[in-house]
Amino acid sequence: MLIKLTGGKVYDPANKVSGQVRDIYVENGKIVAAKPNARADATYDVKGRVVMAGAIDPHTHIGGGKMTIARMLLPEDHQGDPVTRTSLTRAGSGRAVPSTHVTGYRYAEMGYTACFEPAMLPANARQAHMEMGDTPMVDKGAFAMLGSDDFFLRQLAAKKDFAAIKDYVAWTMHATQAIAVKVVNPGGISAFKFNQRKLDLDEEHVYYHVTPRQIIITLARALEELGVTHPLHIHGCNLGIPGNIETTLDTIRAAEGLRIHMTHTQFLSYGTEGDRKFSSGAARLAELVSKTPNVSIDVGQVLFGQTCTASGDSMRQFAIAKSAHPKKPVIMDIECDAGCGVVPMRYRNKSFVNAMQWVIGLETFLLFDDPWRMFLTTDHPNGAPFYFYPHLIRLLMDKSFRDDMLQKINPDAQAQSGLLKSLRREYTFDEIAILTRAGPARSLGLKDRGHLGAGASGDITVYRDDPDREAMFAKPELVFKNGELIVKNGKVVKVVQGATHVVRPDYDKAIEKPLKDYFDRYLTVRMENFKLADEEIIRGDKGSIVVQPTGARVA
Amino acid sequence: MPSSNARKAKGERASSELFENVTNPFCGTLPDDLTVERTDKGLKVLKNGCAKSVAGFERKLPPASPQVKGKEVDLAKAIQEAAKLIGKAALPLYGGLATDVEGMRATMALAERSGGIVDHALSEAQYRNFKILQTTGWIMSTLTETRNRADLFIIAGSDIHKLHPRFFETIVSPPDSMFDVTAPKRTVVFIGKGLDRSGAKGARIGEVITLGCKDEQAAELVALLRARLRGFRVKPPKLEGVTLAEIDALAERCRNAKYGVVVWAPPSLNFPFAELAVEQFTGLVKDLNQTIRFAGLSLGGAEGAITAGAVCTWISGYPLRVSYASGAPDYDPYRWAVGRMLKEGEGDLLVWIASISPDLVPSPTKIPTIVLGTPGLALTEPPSVFIPVGTPGVDHAGRLVRVDNVVTLPLKDLGRADLPPVADVLSAIEAAL
Repeated sequence: MLIKLTGGKVYDPANKVSGQVRDIYVENGKIVAAKPNARADATYDVKGRVVMAGAIDPHTHIGGGKMTIARMLLPEDHQGDPVTRTSLTRAGSGRAVPSTHVTGYRYAEMGYTACFEPAMLPANARQAHMEMGDTPMVDKGAFAMLGSDDFFLRQLAAKKDFAAIKDYVAWTMHATQAIAVKVVNPGGISAFKFNQRKLDLDEEHVYYHVTPRQIIITLARALEELGVTHPLHIHGCNLGIPGNIETTLDTIRAAEGLRIHMTHTQFLSYGTEGDRKFSSGAARLAELVSKTPNVSIDVGQVLFGQTCTASGDSMRQFAIAKSAHPKKPVIMDIECDAGCGVVPMRYRNKSFVNAMQWVIGLETFLLFDDPWRMFLTTDHPNGAPFYFYPHLIRLLMDKSFRDDMLQKINPDAQAQSGLLKSLRREYTFDEIAILTRAGPARSLGLKDRGHLGAGASGDITVYRDDPDREAMFAKPELVFKNGELIVKNGKVVKVVQGATHVVRPDYDKAIEKPLKDYFDRYLTVRMENFKLADEEIIRGDKGSIVVQPTGARVA
Repeated sequence: MPSSNARKAKGERASSELFENVTNPFCGTLPDDLTVERTDKGLKVLKNGCAKSVAGFERKLPPASPQVKGKEVDLAKAIQEAAKLIGKAALPLYGGLATDVEGMRATMALAERSGGIVDHALSEAQYRNFKILQTTGWIMSTLTETRNRADLFIIAGSDIHKLHPRFFETIVSPPDSMFDVTAPKRTVVFIGKGLDRSGAKGARIGEVITLGCKDEQAAELVALLRARLRGFRVKPPKLEGVTLAEIDALAERCRNAKYGVVVWAPPSLNFPFAELAVEQFTGLVKDLNQTIRFAGLSLGGAEGAITAGAVCTWISGYPLRVSYASGAPDYDPYRWAVGRMLKEGEGDLLVWIASISPDLVPSPTKIPTIVLGTPGLALTEPPSVFIPVGTPGVDHAGRLVRVDNVVTLPLKDLGRADLPPVADVLSAIEAAL
């Protein structure tokens, strides 16, 4: 089966193609070198259209217990957006925490072909994968959350030899079918269970006497030495607290050259200046990250409207529970493994704090100039639901639109946004393609995704070149997955099941001896049952597994 | 028929087999440390059993075959007949729903396709929780967290030992726990004089205290406790068997706890407006967390109730009581309660799924009924169509979500009987529509 897309303006930054008119050939699901003389089974004339690889969301909460708790919690979120079954697609409901099938359809209808769940609690991994199994259309993968789990904290506190810690990290990635590792409020989720209400970068955990700095360095080094492509994904300390920009800058410095990814930095870039003692730290963040090549970031942009925050950070979610809207926060302590906090939230442009959050996110986007080290996220649904992405892209690509929006926010926040007003930058298609395709693919180690070179999978999005960039990115004309046309004019025309991407770093199986002892003594689940078998994803969820390569393990 | 669940054909099995790390699907807490042996005499629980798991695993299945109007037919015929009934039903009710994740996924697909209502047999109990979750939120713990961390257990008006015979042994008094900062001996407070306290013994149990009000008055007592914790003066309680001094003593214990856990089981709170009791229990936890750590732990969840709630939520957006009559999910916890609908003569077909225990039967109804049931299901009269199905974790592999809504456990195929999984039967019915 050979298909051909002819005459499109191709933006493929990974292969240094920038708007040149190119024909694209896809054979048996993979992009191949030009075959001008071969007879194509299908030809799509995409003259004048903008062609990019399928988009990749490297940080979106789409699967796992806390999303289903959020769904249970918020029937009112769904009642305004019922989705009817069609001969092709399943029924469900939409908005901030959409049902699983609807999540898959809407991502695909927006030109996305892969989504990564960044906060899979190992104890909840089976459910996270089942939910992703019911999320069609897109490829997926998940980051295992470590750093507040008691096995690791005990290892660290006992100064166990580093090889054993690496073995445990790798074992967890296998057992939970993960592609990366995330740390959330390092040690803080555990500390909250001991009634510690705050944990700064160099503050000791009241029971284990280890600090977030030690946890971060240990995990970041473990992943680097295990050869895992995506660096430690860090949701830092003090999220949401005015002044946390200092902690965030210190965290970046703490990595001492180790590769790290700082996630949803908007929530972690707050200063204490101004009459209201709340200000933007975006400029300082962008400055430091610019000269720290081992660091990448994503923004977690806030956009106005009703959403629901859902995080592993039980400590900080408990602290913001009083701002819940509607007022029904859920906090959980989970399995000596992690925690979660689900806090419904309405971001209002007339609120000073919310408006400043909006400003800080945009400043970060516009000030930081290496798109290869930054991803476009709203931390769905924490800053805004994912279907706001086209709106966000327009804010980045269209200065006059941005200025119009700025006129509408809280006046005190406007008064504090001189910097944003002065930023004339407008994102180019190349930069958008890096932020939403090439960058995430490179960072996650997806060799055959995020680009349009020979050997890449046939995940392709074709847009009408509309000067209204929001309209353009909201409704691609064509979306292909593995060479099959799945979306036409923004509507699903074929339902497919994406693959689950994992990595399998080497580890010494001897780690199962202390682990088995730990499970038997303390846990309510057997180690054997904790591990998620390939079969469950392949047969149980009718999916498939793609093992992405890892580098060689160091010692 | 496509097999979505791993299931060996009978001929491929050894005549006897020993299974370790077996998950018990007959309890919402899903203990997964059982050892079960299969011989030619059937299954035997060798290790870590309890009355409920022994009754579940060792039950001898009566012979059963598919039936249409009480007459034996082959499976294909029964599936065809079921498809015919569903095809002509205007408002089919999918009830019972005692099945695993796969079975629930197939139920959702079929309910969508046929414009039906989805509700679990025990969701009246689950809704005591959902109503509070959906109005006030809550702060909760899970089984492992509680086992290792709790130093004060408040058992609130719920007969936990009766529902979960191993709860005290594995969670309240485990041989070992992780943190030496919490007291080695745990204090157990029972609110309700009718509760079975016999489980509260063992090396880890310290004081056992009973506040002797009626079980269903636990919430009133907790309301007084909350008032006292906030420093309010209250009139002497009108609760028989409890003094204000006892309530104050409990308040003092709460203040001194390192990690207190309030335990309830919605099925035990079987009285009108019991959600208001849940509101008091979660409210107490919320109050105390202003300064110290406390959490709730809700139990129950038998018959796959938690699984049904979770799968229905991620697929539809709502925790059961969903109608697909319009093609899109419509949520109404009163209107789409299958128990109420049956009582009031609504709906024109009942599809009842009971693959776990033989006791989960529908309330009497005049409308045609399709039953996917475990052999021996205690039906009073033959339904329009009966299809015997396997029990997940006994007759075929599967997965169930645990009562704390966090952990999902794998279930083994122990090879008891050669019966199809619910998921396979429902998918075949859907394909025949």
